[in-house]
Amino acid sequence: MSLFMPSVRFTRNIQRHVECPTRDVDGATLGEVLHAYFSTNERARGYVLDDEGKLRKHMAAFIDGQQIDDREKLTDAVPEGAVVDIVQSLSGG
Amino acid sequence: MARCYVSTRKGLFTLERGGGGWAMARASFVGDNVTLAMPDPRNGDLFAALNHGHFGIKLHRSRDGGATWTEIAAPKYPEKPEGYKPKMPVEGVPVVDWSLKLIWALEPGGTNEPGVIWCGTLPGGLFKSDDSGQSWAINRPLWDDPRREQWFGGGADQPGIHSICVDPRDAKHVKIGVSCGGVWTTKDGGQTWDLTAKGMRANFMPPEKQYEQNVQDPHMVAQCKANPEVLWVQHHNGIFKSEDGAATWREITDVQPSTFGFAVAVHPKNPDIAWFVPGTSDEKRCPTDGRVVVTRTRDGGKNFETITRGLPQQHAYDLVYRHALDVDDQGRTLIFGSTTGSLWVSEDSGDSWQALSSHLPPVYAVKFEKARH
Repeated sequence: MSLFMPSVRFTRNIQRHVECPTRDVDGATLGEVLHAYFSTNERARGYVLDDEGKLRKHMAAFIDGQQIDDREKLTDAVPEGAVVDIVQSLSGG
Repeated sequence: MARCYVSTRKGLFTLERGGGGWAMARASFVGDNVTLAMPDPRNGDLFAALNHGHFGIKLHRSRDGGATWTEIAAPKYPEKPEGYKPKMPVEGVPVVDWSLKLIWALEPGGTNEPGVIWCGTLPGGLFKSDDSGQSWAINRPLWDDPRREQWFGGGADQPGIHSICVDPRDAKHVKIGVSCGGVWTTKDGGQTWDLTAKGMRANFMPPEKQYEQNVQDPHMVAQCKANPEVLWVQHHNGIFKSEDGAATWREITDVQPSTFGFAVAVHPKNPDIAWFVPGTSDEKRCPTDGRVVVTRTRDGGKNFETITRGLPQQHAYDLVYRHALDVDDQGRTLIFGSTTGSLWVSEDSGDSWQALSSHLPPVYAVKFEKARH
């Protein structure tokens, strides 16, 4: 476990369905960080990832403000102390 | 008290029949996209399927008639085999993602199978729960059938299972309707499946393929409870009926103003009585000449009445989706809802209709709470 764990923040819109407080979790890739977060909040996993473990089509993830590259295997590196934001794309209706 | 659940683009609404008639008793999930609701007559459980868009497809269950809800497991697709490459369907795009896109059918198992629920999904999945929705398993024999990969989307990009008919005489005997993939039957609880759409015709296909069973687009399959050998189908290009448990189908053509539509309901006690709410045609999905009508046969399809009493007869553009018409277990009360948020009830087997609302969100499904058994 690193001294400066990454922090994960979630969009306000998801909180209406499943509570996702900001938390510091361990991990060196986006997949590891999300897995660590969801291991104590299993219900939230299905709101962010699809059945195949990919980032849902209309969700977006940023690491220190940078859009990620790998939405399927979530291999983007997460530096120590980074902030991961899970947000939704905008849409209407 | 009689109840009916109305699933809409912006919430689930519970109607109750009191002394003064039908009235809205409760609004649940207001603002959320509720695509389907299913009251389980065996134990009173109530299920609601939600499509949160960004956040995926969820399933909730209430054990107090809709006062409180708990999120339960949603069906989850199996892992794809290593190196899997989908085959091309008859038309359209293959199912690349094995991931839930829509819950399109929910049906309780037999009275002798407490806890069994069947669930049809997009893309092309049939799931079963043995524990009232706590967990789900995909039906592998159907999913792994090479003919399943030939299914294609009709309206939606991907194929889906929208109709599930559990035979009241034998719960292992189940039929499903697939858009687009015909009608399928199992007689052993889902271990083996037969494609049972012989006689259906798909005029949207090239001439040499029009009678292929696996390309058919039955919009909705309805089975008569008292005589399960009789099934009615509102198909993409017409009305079809089977009198031999789906072994063969016969097309019914002479119905005014149209045989196009999505919804069908059959009388639970009399297989000769069925109701439809037609649109104009595939390319014009609204009522003919702006007049909302219900078509009804009372003689097994030989003749049809076009019922207008109580329904708007000018500049009405309501389309009624496949799950948005239901009949109660007496065959007397019917309710249907439309894409423009209108809701109508009949308490005389469809002779006349009364508007319950004309400003609901788009209606996806209506479902009566059936008597517990």
